[in-house]
Amino acid sequence: MSSIGFIKSYSIIRNNQAILNGEEFLKGAPEDDFATFIRSLYKKLEITHSPFYKMDDMCKLGLMATELILKDSAIKEKYTDTEIGVVLSNSSSSLHTDASYYETVKDKSNYFPSPAVFVYTLPNIVIGEICIRNKIKGENTFFIFEEYNPEFITDYVNNLFSSGKLKSCIAGWVEFCEGKYEAFLYLAEAAQAENLITHTAEQIKKIYNF
Amino acid sequence: MEDLVNQLKVQIIKALKLEDVKPEDINPTAPLFGDGLGLDSIDALELIVLLEKEYGLRVENAASAKKIFSSIKSMADYIAEHKKA
Repeated sequence: MSSIGFIKSYSIIRNNQAILNGEEFLKGAPEDDFATFIRSLYKKLEITHSPFYKMDDMCKLGLMATELILKDSAIKEKYTDTEIGVVLSNSSSSLHTDASYYETVKDKSNYFPSPAVFVYTLPNIVIGEICIRNKIKGENTFFIFEEYNPEFITDYVNNLFSSGKLKSCIAGWVEFCEGKYEAFLYLAEAAQAENLITHTAEQIKKIYNF
Repeated sequence: MEDLVNQLKVQIIKALKLEDVKPEDINPTAPLFGDGLGLDSIDALELIVLLEKEYGLRVENAASAKKIFSSIKSMADYIAEHKKA
């Protein structure tokens, strides 16, 4: 039987709004497109990470949602690189970037495949970008579901905690397709601390539907 | 040659999404990789595509690529020399 972890922080990014632990962190203008909004969030977080600009949209989304939940977590001071993992999910895989790449190769008379786009044609690249930025080396997996599946993800992460493979995990949902986007990420820890939410599907559903 | 160098700077900033970099920030003789602009291996591939797409020039081997892509100036020299032919 798996043990139950605890949720230290969570972030939601959707509809030009970024939420951290239930409170609004940034609200963009209604007319802002995703590129404008996510750049505003990057600036507000006061990050200096130049590879951000080269990432595809899903990686930008996942990385900013991660920056929000880690910004006051001091997680790197508590755990080693291999004690922290990342378990993400979505429904469209990397389809949005796959389509962008296809645009560069579909015309044989104007055939210039972009290496910089090609490297993002896998969904788990978002995990790679998070791990590179934060020097995380623990277990990581990316699942594809028709819709967000908190039961599966909580069970999976709690099993990683009970098996001793992880002590902390960034988990949740990062979806980007055809301009529609939603990230819901949380930082779970195996160890209990004061006033933390238990890492169960019921609790996840409550905060996800914030 | 100066026009070509400036054109290359703009094209490279756009192709490599160097949003924090302005053309005037780039020293044309500074290394593109390592110190200089700090480009990586994917950027190198993107520069090869840029050369072919914008100037119709193919890089035939890795040894010549190292020389061609050492700086903006060396890229401009290569383009100027081979576009004439």
